[in-house]
Amino acid sequence: MRNTKTIALREFKSYLASPMAYVVTGIFLILTGFFFQSSSSTYSETSISGFLVWGSILLLLLAAVLTMRLLAEEKKMGTLELLLTAPVRDSEVIVGKFLGSLGILTVMLALTFYYPLLLWIFGDPDWGPIATGYLGLFLLGCTSLGVGLFASSLTSNQIVAAVVAGGILCALWFLSMAADLLPEAMGEAIGYLSLYYHFPDFIRGVIDTRGVIYYISITVLFLFLAIRSLESSRWS
Amino acid sequence: MIRVENLTKYYGKRLAVDNISFNVERGEIVGFLGPNAAGKTTTMRILTGFLAPTRGEVWVAGYDMSKHSLEARQHIGYFPEAMPLYSDMTVRSYLDFSSRLRGLDKNRIKTRIEEVVDICHLEEYIDVLIGKLSKGFRQRVGVAQAIIHEPEVLVLDEPTIGIDPIQVAMTRQLIKELGKERTILLSTHILPEVSVTCERVIIINEGRIVVEDRIENLSSLVSGSRRIRLEVEGPAEKVAERLRQIEGVLQVSYEDSHCIVECSAGQDPRGRIMETIVQGGWTLLSMESIEMSLEDIFLKLTTEEETSQ
Repeated sequence: MRNTKTIALREFKSYLASPMAYVVTGIFLILTGFFFQSSSSTYSETSISGFLVWGSILLLLLAAVLTMRLLAEEKKMGTLELLLTAPVRDSEVIVGKFLGSLGILTVMLALTFYYPLLLWIFGDPDWGPIATGYLGLFLLGCTSLGVGLFASSLTSNQIVAAVVAGGILCALWFLSMAADLLPEAMGEAIGYLSLYYHFPDFIRGVIDTRGVIYYISITVLFLFLAIRSLESSRWS
Repeated sequence: MIRVENLTKYYGKRLAVDNISFNVERGEIVGFLGPNAAGKTTTMRILTGFLAPTRGEVWVAGYDMSKHSLEARQHIGYFPEAMPLYSDMTVRSYLDFSSRLRGLDKNRIKTRIEEVVDICHLEEYIDVLIGKLSKGFRQRVGVAQAIIHEPEVLVLDEPTIGIDPIQVAMTRQLIKELGKERTILLSTHILPEVSVTCERVIIINEGRIVVEDRIENLSSLVSGSRRIRLEVEGPAEKVAERLRQIEGVLQVSYEDSHCIVECSAGQDPRGRIMETIVQGGWTLLSMESIEMSLEDIFLKLTTEEETSQ
């Protein structure tokens, strides 16, 4: 626990020391600000659904960029050697790094709180869908970071890590579209595995436990795969 | 403190370490020598738990590395080859991070950082980003992080490579000092380093141990001939010719202006060499016996190994 915290804190500070986190946060705020503004003024609705719909896809891509350095950089620089020879479990390394990046993601999402605040100042928004929307984004963010961390554990090349993470995430996201082409029962089963499938509920203000469990499971699965991948590096 | 038994490591199909066994006792400083790609770094990575062996067992501080890796790692300070460090951290925050990871007591961290910074002479650089430090200072940060948790065993992989001579001398001094209370395995391919700091050497080549012995025993181990260096004023050809006739002299050759006389072991023809030169009417300016250096021993052992294959 203590090691996990130490690693998470170092990772978080390291994000703050490099331009990456600022660039990613900046892009996220600029684009989601635009999505929020256009949907609110075009449809004159007091909801953040425009931000949620487009922000979710953006989040997938930015999470891939945010996590690409987590292990790939340490492998390339060789610093992983000192980390893995310290009396620390591989799982503590992975979870620590995950939490460090989750810290940045949380800050990123917190900075968008002024969208609903604007709605509250100029109108009377329904807080339910806003709260569930944020929960959905947060869960989706966790999953994306997990996938990104896994991709970063596979290679010492950050670009490759980002591309692999982006690939896995887009594939999982658009799986529901592919599922539409399949026969009904099979399509539904596959669609259920899609990252996108569970998201609209959160925008509508519904918390479906299946969705929550789905995102958490996928996150845990990829963290587990990342731990395994890290372990296997000892056997190279 | 370190026990290695029948250690073998394959990288894919390439054999890097071939069935080696050795011990390092408590309080010993042991030099781990070998040419590049001999398997030094691989062995050290296995000792520190970074890599798993293909076969064989490793015990550190009484813990089996394959079963109680965390406990074993707790007792090791490691200085990896090329000393990779996080360049975006200051020396202080890095040492704080390392001491936490190695489970140092929270109340001890601050004073311990001051102690190691003092030992490694890093006072002026404690708040400088590691990325801005020169190689020599990064090296010192590397040593600082290796000793911060006061480990019983230190594994140092080429700690004096690429730094200036003054810092090399300082690092060696530091290693000697640390070796008073700790067990140290020091890898290098710089031979004088071993004769200065170590009590015992293990020489490996192509993944196998060629020799394991105390330094003073090494020369007798490869004894064969004894060499004497002369400085003679006189015609080189004639001098050499006369010297060759002396009993016990195997070979006479010239290196620059010096005459090197090789004689069979157990013979000391120095008196007769002097007589011969004086009789010839030449002047003997100097005469000294050449001790076999570690370089010679090393070269001899590693090349012999090759020819016997």
